[in-house]
Amino acid sequence: MAETKKYNAPVTNPETAPFWEAAKAGKFMIKRCTACGEPHYFPRSICPFCFSDKTVWEESSGEGTIYTFSLMRKSPTGPYAIGYVTLKEGPSLQTNFVDCDLEKLKIGQKVKVVFKPTDGAPLPFFTPV
Amino acid sequence: MTIKGKAYIAGIYEHPTRHAPDKSTAQLHAEVAKGALEDAGLTKDDIDGYFMAGDAPGGLWPMVDYLGLNTKKLRHVDSTETGGCSYLIHLGHAAEAIAAGKCSVALVTLAGKPRTGPMPPRAAGAEVDFESAYGATTHNAYGMCAMRHMHDYGTTSEQLAWIKVAASHHAQYNPHAMLKDVVTVEDVLNSPMISDPLHRMDCCVVTDGGGAMIVTTPEIAKSLKKPQVRLIGHGEAMKGPRGGKDLDLTYSAGVWSGPRAFEEAGVTPKDIKYASIYDSFTITVLMQLEDLGFCKKGEGGKFVADGNLISGVGKLPFNTDGGGLCSNHPVNRGGMTKILEAVRQLRGEAHPKVQVPNCDLAIAHGTGGLLGVRHAASTCILERV
Repeated sequence: MAETKKYNAPVTNPETAPFWEAAKAGKFMIKRCTACGEPHYFPRSICPFCFSDKTVWEESSGEGTIYTFSLMRKSPTGPYAIGYVTLKEGPSLQTNFVDCDLEKLKIGQKVKVVFKPTDGAPLPFFTPV
Repeated sequence: MTIKGKAYIAGIYEHPTRHAPDKSTAQLHAEVAKGALEDAGLTKDDIDGYFMAGDAPGGLWPMVDYLGLNTKKLRHVDSTETGGCSYLIHLGHAAEAIAAGKCSVALVTLAGKPRTGPMPPRAAGAEVDFESAYGATTHNAYGMCAMRHMHDYGTTSEQLAWIKVAASHHAQYNPHAMLKDVVTVEDVLNSPMISDPLHRMDCCVVTDGGGAMIVTTPEIAKSLKKPQVRLIGHGEAMKGPRGGKDLDLTYSAGVWSGPRAFEEAGVTPKDIKYASIYDSFTITVLMQLEDLGFCKKGEGGKFVADGNLISGVGKLPFNTDGGGLCSNHPVNRGGMTKILEAVRQLRGEAHPKVQVPNCDLAIAHGTGGLLGVRHAASTCILERV
């Protein structure tokens, strides 16, 4: 059930370029603050919790659970499932669920990251384990 | 310092149109401004404060120039942009400016034409590369909230449907409402699924149009002929996923804006006789009622069921103009019309079939942005003097 939907390449900027470089190597990165210890996503240079600039890149397990989702049925490009995943490491993030039967998605379901190609860096999506 | 009682809404106007392909957006702003001034009994030259948001073409200086506001008098402007609740925040900020002596007659306008054509895109935020590919829209962002609310609290589609049913009971008496037919819970459940678990009838209408209000000092308001309505409490707040740590889509920033407004006003939800609650979707209303304290978190489904929001039937009459679900959602921004119907109720100018008897205390509350992503909320407590 692999999908062939075409996605726009991320624009990227100096602050987030390392994320997209890692994505090209198949790695899903989050940021962690070495001052307060908290991980966060999407990545910032300054910690959104303690405002320290001592943040470092960290590879995520790419594993998590579905916090919520909605199956968008009225779309010119066909139905898609948008939702939030809570990563094993803690942060929750917005994504689409792909390569699966969208009618069978459930809150609490285990999912893992999967990258989809673009004309630039690949984009992270999630699929049921 | 407080703004309690220091600003009055002296003029209101809601454009009767719901589809305006023959008008420009700037023209609609001018028409609603003219209407609100006439309602107040004031003139354009009285305006010394102007408030507008992202729907006004070009922003402040093109609008001030287009409207021909008297720039020798205009001494306070504000273009706070928080989506649909911008105008509720404008009301609070206008009261602050009036209380501080920075202006005495403030005009607030909203207008636009999403029914005629596509809206201009918003500037991207820092999250763009990490979210834009996933296709968040109003429908699915609120769908995600509803899905989690149902999961955590057992809220049902039937309960959500009662919100639309109540709005439709009110809309039948509004000659300008886009949807005037009374609908049933079954009608809502049988309407097509748009983005799970929201059906088509869980969604608001898309309309052209607009609205405006005049906010002024107690002294000026008392010199005018209209019944006096004043702001006695205001709160505003923001909420987002903040690095992914704080994600909880079962509540909104209303949990902060509401208590701030109630505390300033010195009243509680139990005292409220009429509630204008932003209804971009049925779930928006349910979550706001919980967040504002009209019922406990998770009990919104029971609270809205069985007609509890229908004027003359239930305990909390809401959106007696038919709201965004049935009457009007100009420019996809419902904050202004929430204030306008609350003022009508407080003046005793609502339709007789939906007028709340002796309505002396009302709430107008709204959110802007996407409850399922990042958003603002604003709460205004209004009192008839």
